[in-house]
Amino acid sequence: MSDAPLATEAPRDVIHSAPPRAAESDFAVRLRANSEYVVIPLLALAIAAGLFAIFLLALGKSPADFIFYVWRGGFGTSFSLQNTLQRSAPLILTALAVAIPARIGLIMIGGEGALVLGGFASAALAIPMLGHVPPIPTLIVMGLFAMAVGGFWVGIAGYLRYARGVNETISSLLLTYIGIAIMNFFVEGALRDLTDPNKPSTKPLGKAYMIGTIPGTEVHWGLVFGLALCVGLYFLMSRTTFGFAARVTGGNFRAALAQGLPVGRLIVACSAIAGACAGLAGFFEVAAIQGRANASLAAGYGFTGILVSFLARHNPLVIPVVAILFGGLVASGGLIQRRMDLPDATVLVLQGLIFVVLLTSETLYGRFPIFKPRGERDRT
Amino acid sequence: MMHDAVLTVLVAMLGGAIRVSTPFMFVALGECLTEKSGRVNLGLEGTLVLGAMVAYAFSYHTGSPWVGVLFAGVAGSFLGAMHGTICGLPRVNDVAVGISMMLFGTGVAFFFGKPYIQPEAPRLASIPLGFWSHSPNLKSALQVNPLFFVGILIAIALAWSLRNTRWGLVVRTVGDSAAAARAMGISVNWVRFLTTTVGGFFAGVGGAFLSLSYPGSWNQGLSSGQGLMAVALVIFARWNPLRCVAAALLFGGAGAIGPSLQSVGITQGYYFFNAAPYILTLAIMIATSSAKHSARDMPGELSMAK
Repeated sequence: MSDAPLATEAPRDVIHSAPPRAAESDFAVRLRANSEYVVIPLLALAIAAGLFAIFLLALGKSPADFIFYVWRGGFGTSFSLQNTLQRSAPLILTALAVAIPARIGLIMIGGEGALVLGGFASAALAIPMLGHVPPIPTLIVMGLFAMAVGGFWVGIAGYLRYARGVNETISSLLLTYIGIAIMNFFVEGALRDLTDPNKPSTKPLGKAYMIGTIPGTEVHWGLVFGLALCVGLYFLMSRTTFGFAARVTGGNFRAALAQGLPVGRLIVACSAIAGACAGLAGFFEVAAIQGRANASLAAGYGFTGILVSFLARHNPLVIPVVAILFGGLVASGGLIQRRMDLPDATVLVLQGLIFVVLLTSETLYGRFPIFKPRGERDRT
Repeated sequence: MMHDAVLTVLVAMLGGAIRVSTPFMFVALGECLTEKSGRVNLGLEGTLVLGAMVAYAFSYHTGSPWVGVLFAGVAGSFLGAMHGTICGLPRVNDVAVGISMMLFGTGVAFFFGKPYIQPEAPRLASIPLGFWSHSPNLKSALQVNPLFFVGILIAIALAWSLRNTRWGLVVRTVGDSAAAARAMGISVNWVRFLTTTVGGFFAGVGGAFLSLSYPGSWNQGLSSGQGLMAVALVIFARWNPLRCVAAALLFGGAGAIGPSLQSVGITQGYYFFNAAPYILTLAIMIATSSAKHSARDMPGELSMAK
């Protein structure tokens, strides 16, 4: 199967190709049109890698070493691969938090806030339940609560966009800062675990209430949920009436209104789904990694998720691949820092560079005749 | 007793408003100029952070904080030029590029800024405008940084030249109707490139204030959203440089609530008051936006609220 992008972007060339002059099979036409969406992002990745190599050379560091340590720290050994998968789980979920609103035409970047607030809310809800309710029901309630809180949080940005025309990019980022402040307010105040003098945190869940790992691995269940959500949301967005209506709204807002689509409800629903994904990521960070809520929740997964989603062209089925790639990059950060004597922000520079080059590459779409069906090529 | 405490808080808030508002003012003026030409630069948060780092580093190495301010502006205009060039290409989304520039600028600043977290760099000296007063509180509140006045002068100059000069007319035309500007033979991309570059310079100088005056040190948590709030502030100020100054003072006051209360020993809810500027920004955006029609005085070419 090709990495077929969803219908909002693909059919532009396909529809017009109705009678191809030289007979190309339907499959060949589609392959040709869709490969553009694979080749150009890969080209952008290659250019960003080249620029980053020049950057490293200018600093007197070896790009070959860098690649070697990313491989070693992210993919090379069984331990590092599991570490990578561990880190790609929240990236998958926060990327979905960008991809779903993107389908309806919103640039929503509030994943970090929904992750932090969802994780914190689930940890706070667990405190009175510990020791009274068995672990499994506690974890289920925690997970659902994290999704509800995350969904509510990003849903606000969606609602404000529809009801008041507030720019969703700015409001979702503001909500992120507010969400982190809310967590700090409680974690350093009312809900602080006073038995731990080191870092202000909520009361730890304790081993019995932590989510275990997938049998035979060190990877927690968040990865499975992330993959399942990717498949589920792909079907929701491309194979259901809801997804179709959302894509129509994203493609042409006025047309959707004229058709009588429930635009407001669609926007809020897509935003809430996005927030729920990020909230779930927060729950897994709390229940599988940290064991409690504290400032470590705001580790930047929400921001890397934005890049993952853009690189996957907001396609839920491609997100896991890109998330694992970046999970490996994040996982190898420590090794690069130690062995190459580079600051920990090196990974941030590379991510920023990839993001900038990727968005610049948007300008290349439709410029290469090779991706057009044969009949169309002469016309342009 | 109670009366004194209230007075202390109010005086501290006045001083805080002046101090906290300065970076808001510079970023807002830069964004105002860029948006006047019809483009949004959401990356000014990254510009602010990079400006802060570069200013601190140059002040440390040269011993002159004003050299730091200059190079912060240069670094900012470099990021602005990058944004301006990329967005000049067809089919590129300026909001998305802004997000990427935000991450890029922050990443570069953290990368090169690591060695400067520890050392002490010379700061910008403030002007003691409170010399006439006997109250030490008022004296410290009226320690005003010269950059505050520079910002006000820039605002006046910008407001005047947007309204009265040929260049101002060109920028406004490009911002209101690119088609009309093209018909007049103006290069739309070139004008937007220049406004984004100059806007980046202002934002970089705003960053220099953060590291060289208040809070007056360089660390990775120096800016948390000021650059972004300033973008929202421009909407509130309805794309008028002078109103940007007033709005920046209002935001500065909101940002100063937490530290002022702390100065009289009220530390409860510190994090809540820290969030006050964000909540205020959001509230203002809700109050000034409308789903039915675009904001008043908004440049017609802006992609933001279309």
